[in-house]
Amino acid sequence: MINLRIDTRASDVAVSPSENGQSDVILMTRNLNFWYGNTLVLENIDCDVRPREVTAIIGPSGCGKSTFLRCFNRMNELIPTARIAGSVVFRNRDIYDRAVDPVEVRRQVGMVFQKPNPFPKSIYDNVAYGPRVNGYKGDMDEAVETSLKRAALWDEVKDDLKKSGLALSGGQQQRLCIARALAVQPDVLLMDEPCSALDPIATTRIEDLIRELREQLTIIIVTHNMQQAARISDRTAFFTVAESGAGTLVEFNDTQQLFTTPSDERTEAYITGRFG
Amino acid sequence: MSARATAAVPSPDVWRASQARRRWSGWLFYGLAVVSTMMGLVMLGALLFDIFTDGARQVDWHFLSNYPSRIADNAGLRSALLGSLWMLAFTAIIAFPLGVGAAIYLEEYAPDNWLTRFIQLNIANLAGVPSIVYGLLGLGLFVRWLALGRVVLAGSMTMALLILPLIIVASREAIRAVPDSLREGSYALGATRWQMVRQTVLPSAAGGILTGTILALARAIGETAPLITIGALTYVAFDPNGPLDIFTVLPIQIFNWVSLPQKEFHSLAAGGIVVLLVVLLTANSLAVYLRYRMQRRLQ
Amino acid sequence: MNNWRSAPRAQPTADAAAHQPDGFELASSRRDSLRRKLVERSVHVVLFLCAVISILTTTGIVITLLGETIQFFGEVPIVDFLTGTRWTPLFASKSFGVLPLVNGTIVVALVAIVVAVPIGLLTAIFLSEFAPARLRSVVKPILEVLAGIPTVVYGYFALQFVTPILRGIFPQTQIFNVASAGIVMGFMILPMMASISEDALRAVPRDLREGAFALGATRFEVVSRVVVPGALSGILAAVILSISRAIGETMIVAIAAGLQPQMGFDLLRSMETMTAYIVQVSLGDTPQGGIEFRTIFAVGTLLFVMTLVMNLLSDLLVRRYREAYE
Repeated sequence: MINLRIDTRASDVAVSPSENGQSDVILMTRNLNFWYGNTLVLENIDCDVRPREVTAIIGPSGCGKSTFLRCFNRMNELIPTARIAGSVVFRNRDIYDRAVDPVEVRRQVGMVFQKPNPFPKSIYDNVAYGPRVNGYKGDMDEAVETSLKRAALWDEVKDDLKKSGLALSGGQQQRLCIARALAVQPDVLLMDEPCSALDPIATTRIEDLIRELREQLTIIIVTHNMQQAARISDRTAFFTVAESGAGTLVEFNDTQQLFTTPSDERTEAYITGRFG
Repeated sequence: MSARATAAVPSPDVWRASQARRRWSGWLFYGLAVVSTMMGLVMLGALLFDIFTDGARQVDWHFLSNYPSRIADNAGLRSALLGSLWMLAFTAIIAFPLGVGAAIYLEEYAPDNWLTRFIQLNIANLAGVPSIVYGLLGLGLFVRWLALGRVVLAGSMTMALLILPLIIVASREAIRAVPDSLREGSYALGATRWQMVRQTVLPSAAGGILTGTILALARAIGETAPLITIGALTYVAFDPNGPLDIFTVLPIQIFNWVSLPQKEFHSLAAGGIVVLLVVLLTANSLAVYLRYRMQRRLQ
Repeated sequence: MNNWRSAPRAQPTADAAAHQPDGFELASSRRDSLRRKLVERSVHVVLFLCAVISILTTTGIVITLLGETIQFFGEVPIVDFLTGTRWTPLFASKSFGVLPLVNGTIVVALVAIVVAVPIGLLTAIFLSEFAPARLRSVVKPILEVLAGIPTVVYGYFALQFVTPILRGIFPQTQIFNVASAGIVMGFMILPMMASISEDALRAVPRDLREGAFALGATRFEVVSRVVVPGALSGILAAVILSISRAIGETMIVAIAAGLQPQMGFDLLRSMETMTAYIVQVSLGDTPQGGIEFRTIFAVGTLLFVMTLVMNLLSDLLVRRYREAYE
C-alpha cells in the first residue's frame, strides 16, 4: 500500500555536518515535490528547520501547508495515491530512505491535528498509548504524569485520569493530544492548525504552552492565523500557490523580518491584505 | 405556436373535474399503501398468535428436559437444545475470527486491485447462495471428503461458512464507522498498522462487530435445511457431548414433529417453535442493547 | 527514569554525533524493529487468508457440486435431465427429467412474487414517501422481524394456519399445496423486497421530486410518474433478488408443498420443488455414492446456477441506479 516512490537523486544533496553546520538544522527538505495522483501539490521546496525553535507555516488555503507538514513524519503515505520526490533529512538521515521505518520516524516526529482527536479511552490510556505501542518498559504512571504536566493539563485532570478523554472540553482535548504526543518524547512536534477548532481562551492556553515547549523541542506549526504566527514563532515560512497550481515556498525568514520587511512582494501582498 | 397553446388551455370546468379525480386517485393510492404496510404487520401478528396459542402451554420443564419420544406426552427437546448449543458454540468459534479477520483485511489492509475486488464479489455472491447449497457443500466436503461423518463439527463448519458473509459485512460496516482521525492519531504516535487496528479501530468497532455476529449466529440457530442435508438426525435420544458426536438441532426437531401426521405432535412443534422464538428474541434483544450502548459510548 | 523529567535535553548537545535520540527508554533497537516488522507481516498474511476463505468457499461449492454432477451426467444424458418431464429417481422405473421439479419451483416462486412484489413495493412507497419518520422507525424494525423468523416456523404456519383457511374456501385443496407455501413464502420475502425497493426510492434525488411538486403534481403523481420510474432498476433488482430467494427457499416447501413431482399450474395441488427434493433424499436412507444420491448434486447445481445468475443480474441493476444518482 505504501506506494511512495522515492527519487533518490536527492540523496546526492550534501548533508554532511561539516558543510551546513548540522547543529543548526534538525530537519531539512531538498527539491521536495509531492503529488496526489497526477496533481503536483508541492513544487521544489527547500527548507531548513532549526532545532528548538518554533517555525510557523502560513499561506492561503490550498497552498499545500498541511501536506508539507505531513511530509516530515511520513503521514502522507497513508493516502493511496500520494507520491513524493526529493529528500527530507532528519538528523543527517533521509527519512524516505528505503531502510527507514516510517514508524520510527513518527515516534521521533510527533504530530497534533487540526481537530482534537483523543481516543475514546480514558485520559490515562490516551497518554499511555504512545509509550505502550513503542514498547516502553519504565514506570507508566510517571510517564503519564510528566507528559500531562508538560502539556499543562495535569492540574485539571489529575483527580480523574480514568475519565474518558472525550469528556474534556475542546481546549483540554487538544492539550491531551499534545500530552499524548509528548509521551513518546519526540524531538519535533508538528502542529496542523491546532487552534482552529478552539475558542480564544483555549487558544491562548495552547499558545502559552507552545512557548514553554519551545525550550525542549522543535515545533513546526501550520496556521491560517497570521497574528498567531507572529505571536509564537521564531521563523516563518510563507507558502503560496504558484501559477502551475502547486504549492511553493515563497519566503522563509525570521518572523519579525518577514512580517515587517518582507522581501517578496507576494508575501507583502498577503500579509498586508490580511493585516490591513 | 402560442396560439395553439392558448387553444389547448382547458376551460375551468375541466380543471375542476380532473382535480377531483386526481385527489380521489391520490387517496386511493395512499389507502393501498397503508393497507399493504398493515398486511405485513397483520401477518406477523397472526403467525405469532397462532403459534403461541398452540405452543405456549406445551412449554414446561418436562418439555425442555425430556428426550424426544414416540409418545407425544413424554416427548421433549433436550437433545435438540443441547445439539443446537454445541453446534452454535463451534460455529461461533470458527466464524467469528475468520469473519472479523476478513473484515479487517478488506477495510484496513487490502490494496485496491483485482484480487480484492474478486474477494468482495465472492462475499456478495455467497450471501445470496441458497442455504441448502451450503448443505451440499458440507455434505461433500466435511462429511464425506474430510470423513468427519454426520457430527456437530461438520454442522458447525457448514454453518460457519453460511454466516461468514453476514459477519464480514456487519464488521466491515462497524470498522468503516471508526473515524479516520483516530487512525491518524494512532499512526502519528508511532503505532504500526496492526497496533493501530488492535488498539484503536477494534475497540471502537467492537459493539458493531458483536451486534453483527450475534445476529448472524441467530440466523444459524434457525437454519434447518443445510443441517438436514449434511445428515443431522431427526431422532436423537441421548446427549451430544462434544464436537464429534452425532446430533440434531431445535429446528430439525420441530420439522420432524410437523411432518408427523398426528395432531399431538403438531402441538409439540408449536411448543418447540415458542422455545426457538424465545431464544432468537433474546439474541436479538442482546444485539439491540449492544448497539444502543455502543451508540451512547461514541457520543 | 530521569529522562521523564520535564526538560529531557538539559545538557547541551551541540555535537551532531550526540544527536542520537536522547535517552530513549522506548524500544527502538534494530532487533525490536525487526521483530515488529515480522509481527506486522504475519498479521497481514493471516488476515489475508481469512479474506481468501470466501474464494475457497465458492471454489468448494463449485467443485463439490460439479464433481458429483459430472459423474451423474456420465450415467444420465444431460439433455434427458434438462428436458424430461418425469422425475422418478427413487422408484424402480427410474426417470431423470428434472422439469417437474423446476416447474414446482417456479410455480411456488411465482405465487410468492405475486404476494411479495405489490405488497412490498407499496410498503416501500408508504415508508419512503408517506410515513412520518417516527412511524417509519417503528414499522421498519417490526417488518424486519418477519425476515428473522426461521423458515421452519413459516412452514408450520403455512401447513397449520394458511392451508386450513384455503381448504375452507376451496374444498378441493390438497393438504400439501403450492398456494399455501407460496403465499407464506411471499410474506417471508416481503421485508427484503420492501427494504431494497425503499433504498432505491430514497436514492431518487430530492430535486426531482421537488421539481414535480412545483408543477402542481399531487403526491401520488410524483410517486407514480417520477419516483417509481426513477427507481425502476433498483425495484427490478429487488424483484429478481426476491425470485432468487424464493427459488432457494427450502423448509416452507418441504413442509407445506408436498413431495410429488408434477407438471402443471394447479396451485391447490401438491408439487415438489428442487429444494424439497434435496431434503427428501437427505432424510431418507439413500445410500451415498449411488445414482439416486448424485441426483441431489445435479439438482443442487441447477439451483446454484439459477440463483447465481439472478443474483449477478440484480447486482448489476443495483450498480446501475447507484451510478445514475451518486
